[in-house]
Amino acid sequence: MSRFETKDLAVGYGGSILIHDINVKLERGQILTLIGPNGAGKSTVLKSVARQLAPIGGAVYIDGRKLSGMTQKELSKQMSVVLTDRIRPELMTCAEVVAMGRYPYTDMFGRLTEEDRDAVRGALSLVRALELSERDFSTLSDGQRQRIMLARAICQEPSVMVLDEPTAYLDIRHKIELLAVLRDMAKRGVTVIMSLHEIDLAVKISDLLLCLKGDTVAAFGTPEEILGDDTIERLYDLMPGSYDLTFGSVELLKPEGLPRVFVVSGAGSGVPVFRGLQKTDVPFAAGILFENDVDFHVAQRLSDFVVSAPPFEPMTDAHFNAASRLLSSCGAVIDAGAPMGTLNAQNARLISFAKSRDIPVYESLEAMQKREKVTI
Amino acid sequence: MKQKQNNTPSPVQGAKNTGGAGRFVTVVIILLCLLALGTALNVNIGSVSIKADAILKMLWDALRFSLANLFTGGGFDDELGAVTGASTESRIIFSIRLPRMMLAAVLGGALSVSGYLLQVFFRNPIAGPFVLGISSGAKMVVGITLIFLSGFMGHIGSGTLIIAAFIGSILVTLLVLLFSGKVKNMSMLLVVGIMVGYICSAATDFCITFASEHDVVNLTSWSMGSFSGADWGEVRLAAIICVAGVLASLLISKPIAAYALGEGYALSMGVRIKAVRVTLILFSSLLSACVTALAGPISFVGVAVPHITRTLLKSSKPVFVIPASFLCGAVFCVLCDLLARTLFAPTELMISTVTAVFGAPIVIYMMIKSKRKRED
Repeated sequence: MSRFETKDLAVGYGGSILIHDINVKLERGQILTLIGPNGAGKSTVLKSVARQLAPIGGAVYIDGRKLSGMTQKELSKQMSVVLTDRIRPELMTCAEVVAMGRYPYTDMFGRLTEEDRDAVRGALSLVRALELSERDFSTLSDGQRQRIMLARAICQEPSVMVLDEPTAYLDIRHKIELLAVLRDMAKRGVTVIMSLHEIDLAVKISDLLLCLKGDTVAAFGTPEEILGDDTIERLYDLMPGSYDLTFGSVELLKPEGLPRVFVVSGAGSGVPVFRGLQKTDVPFAAGILFENDVDFHVAQRLSDFVVSAPPFEPMTDAHFNAASRLLSSCGAVIDAGAPMGTLNAQNARLISFAKSRDIPVYESLEAMQKREKVTI
Repeated sequence: MKQKQNNTPSPVQGAKNTGGAGRFVTVVIILLCLLALGTALNVNIGSVSIKADAILKMLWDALRFSLANLFTGGGFDDELGAVTGASTESRIIFSIRLPRMMLAAVLGGALSVSGYLLQVFFRNPIAGPFVLGISSGAKMVVGITLIFLSGFMGHIGSGTLIIAAFIGSILVTLLVLLFSGKVKNMSMLLVVGIMVGYICSAATDFCITFASEHDVVNLTSWSMGSFSGADWGEVRLAAIICVAGVLASLLISKPIAAYALGEGYALSMGVRIKAVRVTLILFSSLLSACVTALAGPISFVGVAVPHITRTLLKSSKPVFVIPASFLCGAVFCVLCDLLARTLFAPTELMISTVTAVFGAPIVIYMMIKSKRKRED
């Protein structure tokens, strides 16, 4: 029996279905992340899973028990949430906000027992916020607030935790810290279901991904299973720009037109040049690049004119010929300064070729921009 | 300025963390002392001066008598007169000053708790029965009752008036709810309240236009708002309703605290939102209706006193705020009533004249403060 399961779940508002046929199975301690474009219904799915919104069809199960059959109190001991709602409690210390998580366990007047206080302290130390416990919640920064809200959810001692974009508003350091806490929670056996906007982080933190697009589930599985080269680009309709899954980096729109500059680079020296050219909207060609070079990864996302060579073999005359033909059509060459060795000797030849044809060769993008403002 | 880092005790030694209970006890003791002082002044000061030792003796006799009669009930005020002697002094004290002061205390407390409940409901510190037009609604229905029913029924008792005021309060609360919808904005809620208040006043004026002169006199003197003319019957009725209402509010203090975190979180912790919302509306309407029926519309107490109380307590825990608000409201109204009847004696001021002088600036201050907070 799985810890968490949805069977043919259909969700939406006011009787109209937004997403249907959601079938998800999670074991104890697994992390599921929902990704997908804005408006794809991530929050709607999370709300339905947390029973804040009635599902239109299908059902959600925790440990084999149907969610809709549980009392509110039973559910609150099984599941806690971190929402996107920005709460503004007045005159409440962080410890008091966190202690609200003990709600299902305290007596009628909400008095805390020693056990409850221990749970609060434990949760606070887990999110590394013990020193905040006596601070007024309203004086906190966004990052601190989110940690406190996470601590509140933790001290509810759930078996399933649902988080709607827990990393929104957070800077990169706080994002990393927050996800580390979630990993920690998973290790302790809590099943985590959340939505993230940062695909790069989602791939790294999640055991399972659920891709939402349009009215159905685009894909469900481990990141390795479901993420092909262009999964993300298709999921987000990224066609003009592009997304590199390996590095989690985004490239902006390709400059259009025939190449006006030829960039000779290697071992990463080309990346800032390519991006600089993209910023000024200058179409460029690049070569000759080994196919395992970071320069190659970025170049092919920003240009349609890339001459590449298979790695670990010397570049050949054929590569030189292809590159020199492209180079001849360009008005300038940038030699970004790749280390020259025996395998890429053809690149040195390319520079000499440019000089012999009186095509100006610059050692950097800035040098070129200073000189060629008019012609390029 | 935000960085007022830890001058707080280390949370690790959290045993000291009593959640503000110590402060609560201190505040309650101070308020009780102030109430005693207010009582003494109220009983002592007036157009007829009575020696303090005579008052003490009379009070002592009365106390002994009422303790003996506590469980038998019966014609309290008449028999009391017999015990304490039917002197003019005792008449003044027991039939005029004491009931008036008691009524001010009980209704002031009720008004404050009513305001507090509304603030919880709207999650907005500016809410209060007068500000939201709820008092005007009660006034409208009471006015209609006085004008149209007195023809049929002759004398109209306080019970009937309370029921009328209750109906009016509920109606207006629902109306405000309808207009304000999802408005979380403080000033918008205020505008809605003021507009609804105008509508009710217009309706009241409309009725007055077509009413006979005799009925209007009744209505005008009542709608000025005053604690004068209070008798023990009214005090008893008010005490029963208000104390019951406040105690009942205390019973839902745990869900109220959770409700402050927003509906999503409250739901996830097992709060039955709908039940809590209905209870809040019913109790706040009942309390403010009781006040409006017995003393007329009284301004700003409902907003100002809970604010003062929270500031004194440095906490917004409902378990503390509800009883402390009641006490604080009692003190506030007893002192305001003292000013109202002594400041320009023998002419009495309307109670709202005095409460507005102290209450309105607090509301303005809160508006400015909340605006500043948003701009941060």
